[in-house]
Amino acid sequence: MASVTYEHVTKKFSTDTTAVDDLSLEIRDTEFMVLVGPSGCGKSTALRMLAGLEDITAGEIKIDDQVVNEMPPRDRDVAMVFQSYALYPHMSVFDNMGFGLKMRGSTRSEITSRVKEAGRILRLDQLLARKPRQLSGGQRQRVAVGRAIVRQPRVFLLDEPLSNLDAMLRVQTRIELQKMHQRLGTTFIYVTHDQVEAMTMGDRIAVMKDGVLQQVAPPREIYDQPVNMYVAGFIGSPRMNFLPVTISDHKAKASGLELNLPKAPGVEHGVLGIRPEHFLPNVSDADAAIDLKVEVLEVLGSDQYLYGKVGSDDLIVRVDPQLKVDIGDRVRLGLDMQRLHLFDAGTEKALF
Amino acid sequence: MAAVARVKVRRPGTGRVIGDRFVGRALRIYLPLLVMLVVTLFPFYWMAITSFKSASELFDFSVSPLWVREPTLDWYRHLFTQTNFPRWAFNTAIVAIASTLISLFCSILAGYSLARLRYRGADTIGWGIFFLPLTFVIRELHLFNNLWALILTYPTFLIPFCTWMLMGFFKGIPRELEEAALVDGATRIQAMVRIAIPLALPGILAAALFAFTLSWNEFLYALIFMNDSLVKTIPVGVTQELIHGDEFFWGELMAAALLGSVPVAVLYSFFVDYFVAGMTAGAVKG
Repeated sequence: MASVTYEHVTKKFSTDTTAVDDLSLEIRDTEFMVLVGPSGCGKSTALRMLAGLEDITAGEIKIDDQVVNEMPPRDRDVAMVFQSYALYPHMSVFDNMGFGLKMRGSTRSEITSRVKEAGRILRLDQLLARKPRQLSGGQRQRVAVGRAIVRQPRVFLLDEPLSNLDAMLRVQTRIELQKMHQRLGTTFIYVTHDQVEAMTMGDRIAVMKDGVLQQVAPPREIYDQPVNMYVAGFIGSPRMNFLPVTISDHKAKASGLELNLPKAPGVEHGVLGIRPEHFLPNVSDADAAIDLKVEVLEVLGSDQYLYGKVGSDDLIVRVDPQLKVDIGDRVRLGLDMQRLHLFDAGTEKALF
Repeated sequence: MAAVARVKVRRPGTGRVIGDRFVGRALRIYLPLLVMLVVTLFPFYWMAITSFKSASELFDFSVSPLWVREPTLDWYRHLFTQTNFPRWAFNTAIVAIASTLISLFCSILAGYSLARLRYRGADTIGWGIFFLPLTFVIRELHLFNNLWALILTYPTFLIPFCTWMLMGFFKGIPRELEEAALVDGATRIQAMVRIAIPLALPGILAAALFAFTLSWNEFLYALIFMNDSLVKTIPVGVTQELIHGDEFFWGELMAAALLGSVPVAVLYSFFVDYFVAGMTAGAVKG
């Protein structure tokens, strides 16, 4: 159990490629922290620096209060689950899981009891004698997790551990990992590009882009109060609608709507952000309403999405699946003014 | 191919296809193969029958030279009792095994570090080592007529080749496996010994086989450094002591050549798959 601190950490692979740029992030003891962002945003590099697999160009990484910059990986007492699982192909499941303990000089009986215990938790007890190539994808993934938990490390690092599983198994394993975190009470740092995994698993989420940390907050807060357009668009599916608006005092004007803002933002050009799920079926206030010209329908059973245009802007709206709509219809919907976001068109920062 | 032929047979009115196919395949594949086989194996056959012919039969031009009428082991007996052949075989084995082990040890370390560690010049291998004035070095070390002369010089051409071959193999092993070992608590050396080397074993075997064959057959250095009959290797001993001027002791020559090629042939037949894998891996990665 340990806390992890990144202090102004920078990683440059060469003079003109910066993978991680001045990252400062504090991960609390027993926290489940998710680093999320598109591929190439530096999230994996941040994790690998903590594991000791990449040198740190500038700044400091601390585990508890100890600076680990120069510490070899074996002394950091962290365990890592790789995206490819990185199981040792020439060793049995038992030896794979026991390797870390063996390297640390545990006795044979201790290795046996700890591996058996982990095998029981992960339902691998029948498979301990097998080689990795004789296992299914899901079983391999569990062995990779097992190899990490038998060590009882201070921090767990997981680098996209679910991305090689099929969709159903991924949901199931996601839940198992959360249970595992609760059971072990250890700090987890989890890297993913999947915003659903981030939202469902993280105590807090750190959103990264181009090596720069955008926002760190609990999932609810990331969703409700994104600090900029990037975070607003990355979290949530389908993504938030963005409508360019011109603002004069309290009035915001888009190509197909005009509305009164709750307060004067003090900028001339803004971008209105509203999530597909924040439209209202009934229009109570005449000002906060849109006329959507429906172009495409998606009926998912539990939800119905309308893709269409307001003025010249594209818009996605979630509506009640019972609502009868046809392509070409004009649908009048209200806007939930409490859920409206406004961004500065130049800096893309959230104004509210 | 067999499946294709069977499908063809079921078609009505094309009964001759199967025959045509067979003849076609025979002409395209088996006939050229047969020619190759004969060309390749004939010298070995000639070597073998010559070593079993008696002296009178060897020079009797009135009968077909392609068969042995009265096989005899005289030449072999002669080889083992009248010449230093057993000693040469022993020397060759010692030199080949020792130089292979030395070369493998160096090449595994070199190939691994070239494949895995980042340092200046890691992408270039120098071949200049070939041109060391080895004769001078051996004289300075007073190693003439000493097996160590060969054990130390053979690695100069074995190591670059084995290193290049093993580098390809190590590069083919996912880096993440060793990273996992490092995080799991292994040192770099432990990660290499416990993860990378076991996984590169086919390549290491192929490299070993190659090194062994090259040193087993090596002629030039052995000829220069070994003058005393007792320290000669098979290739040098056979060509120097079983040929006197223009006088060839054909029977002993062929018997010695046959015995000398047996170990290599046996090794190859056991490890041929590894060897092919080694060659192709090296070729692609190089």
